[in-house]
Amino acid sequence: MYAQMVKSEATNDDPEKLAEFQAKIDAGIKIEPKDWMPQGYRKTLIRQIGQHAHSEIVGQLPEGNWITRAPTLERKAILLAKVQDEAGHGLYLYCAAETLGVSRDELTEMLLDGRMKYSSIFNYPTLNWADIGAVGWLVDGAAIMNQVPLQRTSYGPYSRAMIRICKEESFHQRQGYDAIRKMAEGTPAQKKMAQDALNRFWFPSLMMFGPSDKDSVHSTQSMAWKIKMNTNDELRQKFVDQTVPQAEFLGLTVPDPDLKWNEERGHYDFSEPDWSEFFDVIKGNGPCNVDRMAARNKAWDDGKWVRDGLLAHALKKRDAKVAAE
Amino acid sequence: MTRDEAFLQFLLRMGDNTLILGHRVSEWCGHAPVLEEDIALANTALDLIGQTQMWLGLAGEIDGGQSADDLAFLRDAWDFRNVLLVEVPNEDFGRTLMRQFLFDAWHSITLGRLLTSSDERVAAIAAKAGKEAAYHLERSSDTVVGLGDGTQESHDRMQQALDYLWPYVGEMFACDEVDTAMVAAGIAPNPADLRDEYYALVQRVLTEATLTIPDSGFAHKGGRDGRMHTEHLGHLLTQMQWLQRAYPGASW
Repeated sequence: MYAQMVKSEATNDDPEKLAEFQAKIDAGIKIEPKDWMPQGYRKTLIRQIGQHAHSEIVGQLPEGNWITRAPTLERKAILLAKVQDEAGHGLYLYCAAETLGVSRDELTEMLLDGRMKYSSIFNYPTLNWADIGAVGWLVDGAAIMNQVPLQRTSYGPYSRAMIRICKEESFHQRQGYDAIRKMAEGTPAQKKMAQDALNRFWFPSLMMFGPSDKDSVHSTQSMAWKIKMNTNDELRQKFVDQTVPQAEFLGLTVPDPDLKWNEERGHYDFSEPDWSEFFDVIKGNGPCNVDRMAARNKAWDDGKWVRDGLLAHALKKRDAKVAAE
Repeated sequence: MTRDEAFLQFLLRMGDNTLILGHRVSEWCGHAPVLEEDIALANTALDLIGQTQMWLGLAGEIDGGQSADDLAFLRDAWDFRNVLLVEVPNEDFGRTLMRQFLFDAWHSITLGRLLTSSDERVAAIAAKAGKEAAYHLERSSDTVVGLGDGTQESHDRMQQALDYLWPYVGEMFACDEVDTAMVAAGIAPNPADLRDEYYALVQRVLTEATLTIPDSGFAHKGGRDGRMHTEHLGHLLTQMQWLQRAYPGASW
């Protein structure tokens, strides 16, 4: 889940139009860019899609951290392909957001000056090679939990972007699991790396779903609009239920002494993550927040001459073409 | 030097070029000037690493059954046979793309000639890699033109990049006993014979880019025979080979 704690925007639209709009959504009709939509729906979606897009972009950094140190040519190629996919996801999502009337540059500036957020998970470091496996297995695994239902979201361009993204994400998760499996079955040092990665990524992955929102008015509105399909707790439970047997198969220990199967509920019971840590990360005090934003700002600032140069050339060519006609 | 020894050197030259350049390009991941360039750079690096697997895979077969990974991760700097051009640091985006263009032009022409190699395995790799290199050349040419003929700043930066990189171009056209043996066996062209076609291509693009090729005909050398690499290669290998070196014998 790359969008966290997205507050729905209040809407002061004509009640009749609002009722018609809600009826369309309830009937499963997709909302398209030129259709009427409440201001709140538009603003909430821009925030949600933008945050998701930013997460894909910032998410290149922790994985890119290992591309130059990947241990085999095949692993290097897989990781490059994966990170390239993530950047591509960012591109589809910015395009989906643009259909709502906000440009990619505006969204980028809001990320760079801190007005918009990206997922808390990318503020954690990747410290050993097994982390790359853990990111695919756990982080992409958690993202898929949210993104699969979002393929049915009410906003057409968002839904279509999600369909493409989900196809690639399931490949990412499989490659991540394969990479960490290789480590878990490897030498004692490799197994130690795999366990270390799980120890550090388990609770931050659970935080990706956000704090419990069962009593949140924002979530209720977003769910009525079908831009949020499940509560955070439902998705977190589903993720734990899916992931624990995978960890057992690998012979790794989930770092939660209270984790146990609850026969009566038909689900695992598990400990909540430390939400004070989550709020610290959201506020900018995670292990990597400052460095991540510095890296993105540097890329943007250093790249200004390139963007300006290419734009100036394109304009010269256009003018020359006009003059020739 | 036997034919097989020369063939091995030839394959290492091809594979080390793509390996080292692929590594350099991959250093950009997440730091490019615009999202489309992040995607394009990752894609280029991915193609180059894929080509490395083919070239070094074949080299390893000939060299007593080593794997491409053994060759990539367990040789020291003096055993690398890439030209110096591909190991120079990225610096700014302008130098990265200028280096790519100067390499792509050579690569594309060379792979075109290798299509008719007497060795079917070489011809097959060239067929696959040639399509990718043609696309790389199209993209790097367009970018060099766009930035060369963009703003004053982008023009100046591209000219500086060209001035810095030009002395590394000549090595791609050097001819030694390895090349002579490859020509005799019908496996590969004489690099020196590609020079005119290369200069014509590069001159055309750089003119459109309003850039000037430096007067000097001086050429650094020492990469493709391993005699003297730059200081940069050791640092690159330190990073690239670290896991394999730190945990010998592990399977990843």
